[in-house]
Amino acid sequence: MKPADGPPHQLGLTMTATVSISAIEKRFGATQTLKGVSVDVAAGEFLTLVGPSGCGKSTLLRILAGLIPQDGGTIHIDGAPVDHLAPKDRDVSMVFQSYALYPHMTVRENISTPLRVQKLHRSARMPVIGRFVPGQATARAEIASAVEAVARQVEIESLLSRRPAQLSGGQRQRVALARAMVRQPRVFLMDEPLSNLDARLRVHMRGELSELHRQLGATFVYVTHDQVEAMTMSTRVALMMEGEIIQVAPPQEIYANPADIRVARFIGSPEINLFAAEADDQGQVSVAGRPTGLRTKPKGPLTIGLRPEVIAVNGGPSDIAIPARLNRMERLGHDVLLHVRPEVDADTSAIVRVSAAEVEALRMRGHLEERLTLGAPAASALLFAADGKRLPSRAAQGVQAAERV
Amino acid sequence: MSRVRSFLTRIGFGPGQIAMHLFLLVCAFAMVFPFYWMVLTAFRPSQEVFLPTFHWLPQEFVGFDNFRDAFAKAPLWRFMANGLIVCAGILVVQLLTAIPCAYALAKFEFRGRQALFALVLFGLCVPVQVPALPLYLGLAFTGTLDSYFSMMLPFFLSVFAIFLFRQVFRSFPDDIIHAARLDGMGEFEILWRIVVPSAKPAIAAFAVFSITAHWNDLYWPLVVVTSPELAPPPLGMMYFRDTDLGSSFGSLMAAATVLTAPLMILFLFAQRHFIRGITMTGVK
Repeated sequence: MKPADGPPHQLGLTMTATVSISAIEKRFGATQTLKGVSVDVAAGEFLTLVGPSGCGKSTLLRILAGLIPQDGGTIHIDGAPVDHLAPKDRDVSMVFQSYALYPHMTVRENISTPLRVQKLHRSARMPVIGRFVPGQATARAEIASAVEAVARQVEIESLLSRRPAQLSGGQRQRVALARAMVRQPRVFLMDEPLSNLDARLRVHMRGELSELHRQLGATFVYVTHDQVEAMTMSTRVALMMEGEIIQVAPPQEIYANPADIRVARFIGSPEINLFAAEADDQGQVSVAGRPTGLRTKPKGPLTIGLRPEVIAVNGGPSDIAIPARLNRMERLGHDVLLHVRPEVDADTSAIVRVSAAEVEALRMRGHLEERLTLGAPAASALLFAADGKRLPSRAAQGVQAAERV
Repeated sequence: MSRVRSFLTRIGFGPGQIAMHLFLLVCAFAMVFPFYWMVLTAFRPSQEVFLPTFHWLPQEFVGFDNFRDAFAKAPLWRFMANGLIVCAGILVVQLLTAIPCAYALAKFEFRGRQALFALVLFGLCVPVQVPALPLYLGLAFTGTLDSYFSMMLPFFLSVFAIFLFRQVFRSFPDDIIHAARLDGMGEFEILWRIVVPSAKPAIAAFAVFSITAHWNDLYWPLVVVTSPELAPPPLGMMYFRDTDLGSSFGSLMAAATVLTAPLMILFLFAQRHFIRGITMTGVK
């Protein structure tokens, strides 16, 4: 994106606002799509609502925009309730997955529509005769220059007289962005705007959107089912499942410190490895009967989560040790994914991410054919209770957890 | 013969296809022949109609004599102008009423929507003859019989148009309507400036249906119109046949040719849209 232009349309100086969503409920027939969702978005923040399809995130965004009414709860923008306001009076812009461009209008007309509605008198917007309505010249000139400026910013000046059908997916995406930007709204709402683009363009547009957010300084609420988009662009991620927000945290935090087993499984690729475990009366955690250097509070069955990159293969003594056999390898270039089957539990499988060099070393020593030891430090393990909630854990002092198995 | 057959097979015509096309050709012939006879008779002396053998071409070509005769004896321009006024009046009001109706039924959530749509479907089953009598009484009561208005009134609200446009609008993406609402457009503006332009083929298709039906309508004008100067084409033809041209088949067919020509021309122009509109409204 090019730097914003100076007056009269200072695109860099967009107003920004807080958004407060409290206890929003929505039912469609018998199914409750949103079960009292609450989240506060700070001014200028890039909040991503991420979750599997059907979790209600798009519905929430539409309620925020005023496009569908909620059954309960309130929305505040900039501290003022907006529940009674029509979409156009909420001063928000939205970018849709399908781009939602007006098919029979040129790019220029598409982008200028929000301003024409705002600045031109009703009669001046009529087809044909609208051109002869007097006293609109200044407004028209303003609109034209605003459209030019915003088109320059997303680099589509050369496409202004085309129609949407003549554009590629990436170009339509830019037009949709320009149409959302031209009005300089306080809040941008984006509903999976990158889903219809091919993989390369998606990576490119991720960067552009982040840059745009930095430039505009406006509040972004971004909906996606793609965790990579959520992790790379947002200041905070809100993970939604089954109509509820499970955790709201900065990307690194939600990855390192998931509050719930569903969060741990959704965020991270390849998925987190989960092993069934048991805590005894003293709080000592053991995996398939083997004690580990982990302690936690309530006794009973629980789950240990280990990210693929925290596991070391045959790395010497460690707090947690699980014997396993290699199933197959996926070489990704720099990294290798080892698909292994723990010996303790024949039904589970686990994925370990190691560097190509390590795999080469293991192969040279002939270890890949034999039984492997998956080891991990206690600090990197995530413990979850039987109901999926995160459990506090600490490394046990002085307990010899796992001599080499 | 076998050579012809192998040629047909080569270009993808199996025996089933050939049988199908023969059947269609017979049907097409049955449709087109009366028109051919009409045009043929317009160009030959009336007596030739009564010849015992049928000839594909006029035995004696009379040029445009029959047309001249028809224009001299009957106010054909007047009939066509009447037809035009009635058809245009009906079509405009039909579009103005049916389009908002269809949009509401297709895109708004409101109580009773299903019931209203059921009523529309029910309305499709009622022929114009059923409410003819009350309509006639109403027009008589208000003193508007024998006018353009009386010819147009029963057709102002077209349930068929509501049904057709509702099907078309339903497939219009909600996201675009949502975007327009966020951009600040009012509902009528969204409808006329965003939704309707994308439904042009369907509107063209409906226009062809509507204009054909009302240009050719004899029943209702016959009921409400008594002055010959208000007669639309079919009614005009009827007066015309009775009074001046009882036996002059040549002139009668010349007049018929002139009066059907506008429809032919209209269809030729709208054909592309018409076919697109018909296929668009089908199950996608």
